[in-house]
Amino acid sequence: MTTLTQGSVHFDGVVKKYGAVTALKRLDLKIDPGQLVTLLGPSGCGKTTTLRLVAGLEMATEGKILIGGEDVTHLTATYRKVSMVFQSYALFPHMTVRQNVAYGLTVKSMPKAEAAQKADHGLELVGLAGFGDRLPSELSGGQQQRVAVARAIVLEPEVLLLDEPLSNLDAKLRRHVREEIRQIQQRLGLTAVYVTHDQEEAMAVSDRIIVMKNAEIAQEGTPGDLYEAPKSEFIADFIGDANLAACDVGGVTDGIASVRMDGLTYQVPAGGLNKGAAKMVLRPHHLRLHSADEPGVKGVVSYAAYLGKEIQYTVDSPLGELFVISGVVNKPFAQGDDVSVQFDANLARLVAA
Amino acid sequence: MKRTIFLWLFVGLVGFVLLPWHMTDRGFTSFDWMRDDAPSTGLMLVMQGGFWWLLAPLLAGLAAAAIQLKIQTPVQRSKLTLWAAAAGLFLTALQGLVIVRAGPRLFETFLTGETVMGGQPGFGIGAGVVVIALLFVLTNALSQTGKGQGDAFVVSMIGLIIALVAVFVFYPVSHILVRAFEVQGGYSLTEFFPRFFDSDLWGLGCVIGSRSCGTAINSLFLATLTGAGTTLLGLSFALIFTRTDFRAKKVLRVLTIIPIITPPFVIGLALILLFGRNGTITELAADLFGMEKTRWLYGFWGVYFAQLLSFTPIAFLVLIGVVQGVSPSMEEASQTLDADRWQTFRYVSLPLMRPGLANAFLLGFIESLADFGNPLVLGGNFGVLSTEIYFAIVGSVADPAKAAILAIALLTLTLSAFLIQRSWVGKKSYATITGKADSGQNAALSPLVRTACYATALPWAALTFVVYSMIVFGSFVKLWGYDHTFTFAHYVRAFGMDFSNGWRFSGVAWDSYFTTLTISTIAAPLTALVGLSTAYLLVRQKFVGKDAFEFSTMLSFAIPGTVIGVSYIMAFNFPPIELTGTSIILIIVFVFRNMPVGVRGGIAAMSQLDNSLDEASITLGANSFTTVRRVILPLMGPAILAALTYSFVRAITSVSAVIFLVSAKHNMATSFIVGRVENGEFGIAIAYSAVLIITMLAAILLLQLLIGTRRLRRTDRVQQPA
Repeated sequence: MTTLTQGSVHFDGVVKKYGAVTALKRLDLKIDPGQLVTLLGPSGCGKTTTLRLVAGLEMATEGKILIGGEDVTHLTATYRKVSMVFQSYALFPHMTVRQNVAYGLTVKSMPKAEAAQKADHGLELVGLAGFGDRLPSELSGGQQQRVAVARAIVLEPEVLLLDEPLSNLDAKLRRHVREEIRQIQQRLGLTAVYVTHDQEEAMAVSDRIIVMKNAEIAQEGTPGDLYEAPKSEFIADFIGDANLAACDVGGVTDGIASVRMDGLTYQVPAGGLNKGAAKMVLRPHHLRLHSADEPGVKGVVSYAAYLGKEIQYTVDSPLGELFVISGVVNKPFAQGDDVSVQFDANLARLVAA
Repeated sequence: MKRTIFLWLFVGLVGFVLLPWHMTDRGFTSFDWMRDDAPSTGLMLVMQGGFWWLLAPLLAGLAAAAIQLKIQTPVQRSKLTLWAAAAGLFLTALQGLVIVRAGPRLFETFLTGETVMGGQPGFGIGAGVVVIALLFVLTNALSQTGKGQGDAFVVSMIGLIIALVAVFVFYPVSHILVRAFEVQGGYSLTEFFPRFFDSDLWGLGCVIGSRSCGTAINSLFLATLTGAGTTLLGLSFALIFTRTDFRAKKVLRVLTIIPIITPPFVIGLALILLFGRNGTITELAADLFGMEKTRWLYGFWGVYFAQLLSFTPIAFLVLIGVVQGVSPSMEEASQTLDADRWQTFRYVSLPLMRPGLANAFLLGFIESLADFGNPLVLGGNFGVLSTEIYFAIVGSVADPAKAAILAIALLTLTLSAFLIQRSWVGKKSYATITGKADSGQNAALSPLVRTACYATALPWAALTFVVYSMIVFGSFVKLWGYDHTFTFAHYVRAFGMDFSNGWRFSGVAWDSYFTTLTISTIAAPLTALVGLSTAYLLVRQKFVGKDAFEFSTMLSFAIPGTVIGVSYIMAFNFPPIELTGTSIILIIVFVFRNMPVGVRGGIAAMSQLDNSLDEASITLGANSFTTVRRVILPLMGPAILAALTYSFVRAITSVSAVIFLVSAKHNMATSFIVGRVENGEFGIAIAYSAVLIITMLAAILLLQLLIGTRRLRRTDRVQQPA
């Protein structure tokens, strides 16, 4: 397994309907070879449908799907050069780990000895050398997940698909396994499509993130793009927490907007917005709390949670309820304290209202 | 894909050119036709015999081949091939139905000539091969038009099962419908209704006056009471089994299992020997209390009694799942809200069981309506539909039209119950078992409920025990009730072996015993195959008309055995499908009677297998056939075992449909026993039944050993006690 076939994925006006329900509105998508692209979104947004369309487990109602430049729209999963890692691992419980990993090779009539050898090599790759004779039930969750990955990659697929691969693991293990998946993907130069609803996970592993909402793409870009330049309220809130406050753009000069909010004027990067109503995106850790006699947005602490490294406040203010994360833990405010909220307008972002 | 179509076209061609088209007198598998001079294969019949109409399937096949070769656009090619194959199938079926020796002739003016009037024998092996080949050409073509996600294996399976159910369930049942409208020399719609609503059927004489009720009313009345009685008893057993620390649970379990592997009239027989006019208990009561010996057993009460004994296990098996399905945390929640044990049972547990209770009731109801053995043995003057149908066919005055009417009445009742069960109970489920492990404890029964359960269930268990001891006892005494000297005579007469001259099976029962075993052994795997395949399609595949498909495969559950039996002799006694008198018809009847249970069991087992296992296999490059073989089948061990066991046992114990279809050559154990009972040879009948029960127990154990359990985790790593 020195090199793996690299493949691109191309969706050309793909529509998926189940009877009267539209699971996927017209979708155009291009995934470059060697990239790890994440489909991110709340449940029911169409991300899993998209993944299953790539796999060939669902058939497109309209449009064309190309993998590695080849039209596979009418090919079933059996005949597509993709393999998939399932949320539930889907290891065959009646086969040993080695038999599981060799399964895809043996169904293609590879001689048993050769398949077993390749399977062992695959297990080595995911750090499970020597586990071949065990049954899946004798492995821990993280090990099972890695077997599932090994089983998918020994087939040298053009595209590796991962359907919420970490959701059955506990929080600590999750970080470890996702790093491992990312490393394997980069080492082998695999094209991978990764589905998750966890934005932190998506940020951590992806070259590119495609955020989906209501059966269509909401925004796509690198993790940095999405966080730094959200194009909508939804993205701002979904990628990292955000407070959204109604404001009014008075005018834009040199990409800096003059914004009026609650009687005060701020100079905020315009982000392509023009004069008119807008929403200001304020990240919780960009907000700072001061005593009420200092300038800033006036408010009252309605809830304070002490987490050790930080304190999370909820503040009732004229801008609405503000979520504030403060690193200052030695002089905490208490519930009911009057405060004023300050922030650096450079770090704020604007999205269309 | 194209190759598969050509393969099947070739198979069809071989069937047409090389195999005998019609069924020969020498049977399905005889190869004598090879030496005969008379035309036998489809091709020879067309060229030499003047059977020009047999050209249709050949032309259809050739057309399909030409289309495959000439047309380049894939979708159009598939569509045209599909039409060619469909036309071939239709014409083949049509010629079989229309060109017959006797009976109603259609197209009389068009089809003339000597060979046409001479008719033709039934379909033979050649016709069978051609039809199957055309069917698979059709399904392959269909899968290429984009239906069924282009999976030819799945589409072919669906096509095959639909064809089988159509031919072996709907086709025969339609014969009954047609017969019911038959009058002297023709058909009449107006005659049907007065006959159907006759007071012999629906009369309420027993309620209003002193006359007897109609048979349909009798059946309905009996079924309602049996349903209620078995549900109550089953619930008592289930509660004792799951909610008390009763010591002898294992004994209870055995007592509830044995009736399932008991030939249906054996219980009736034992009841006669106990409570009949000369029965042991009757005699005892007469001696002790001077009670008058009456024939109360022969009639409603006897049948009711026997049905309770026979069908309580079914209710128990349904209800034990239901009782266990009530989550402990529900009951604990109720108790922490200060309800006492009775209130918890009354207001929480019982309402949660309600759909299960309804289900058990309807199952008992349907079983009672369909029951044939018990009313036959104990019915006396109390006529019910299932036995009346039998007497209308085999009685002194054979009246198939009357049998058809009765069958429709019975079918109406069972189908209504079946539809109610599906539409109302089927959807409601209060099952409270979730994936989460429930660590709580089920509430103990309140003293009142516990006493009630013990009071009903324990005497009942004792009675069952007595009944079965009597069966064993009765097989070893000379003449029950009169001469209780110990003897092996019954066993020797039935299963004797003669060693005087070499050795041979001299007992009278051997023939039917071997036939029964052979046929059950062939039928069981076929039933499991058809049932589990159907379950696979229903659970794992999406296709148009799935609901209708499921309904039609479950339908034969609601068709009572007597109705199936009557419909089979009406449908398969004549060409085009002439099967009566063969062992094939017995195998077929078992497969399609018992298939629904295989389907149900398969659906339950397969629903527990995560769908992602299949998908994982498919995305790893396996096709659906490989997936079934390497992933699903190995994980379905228990379901396969259950389906095999059930269909084997049912094939041995069933009597209602079989009794119409046995022949001198292929007699079955149950119909042999019925014959002995009718002759009053109770000893031999009981001895035979005991042997059957032992045979079935042995077979069940053997199956369990062979299939074993799934190896999903190491069992040798049991935690050692410290």
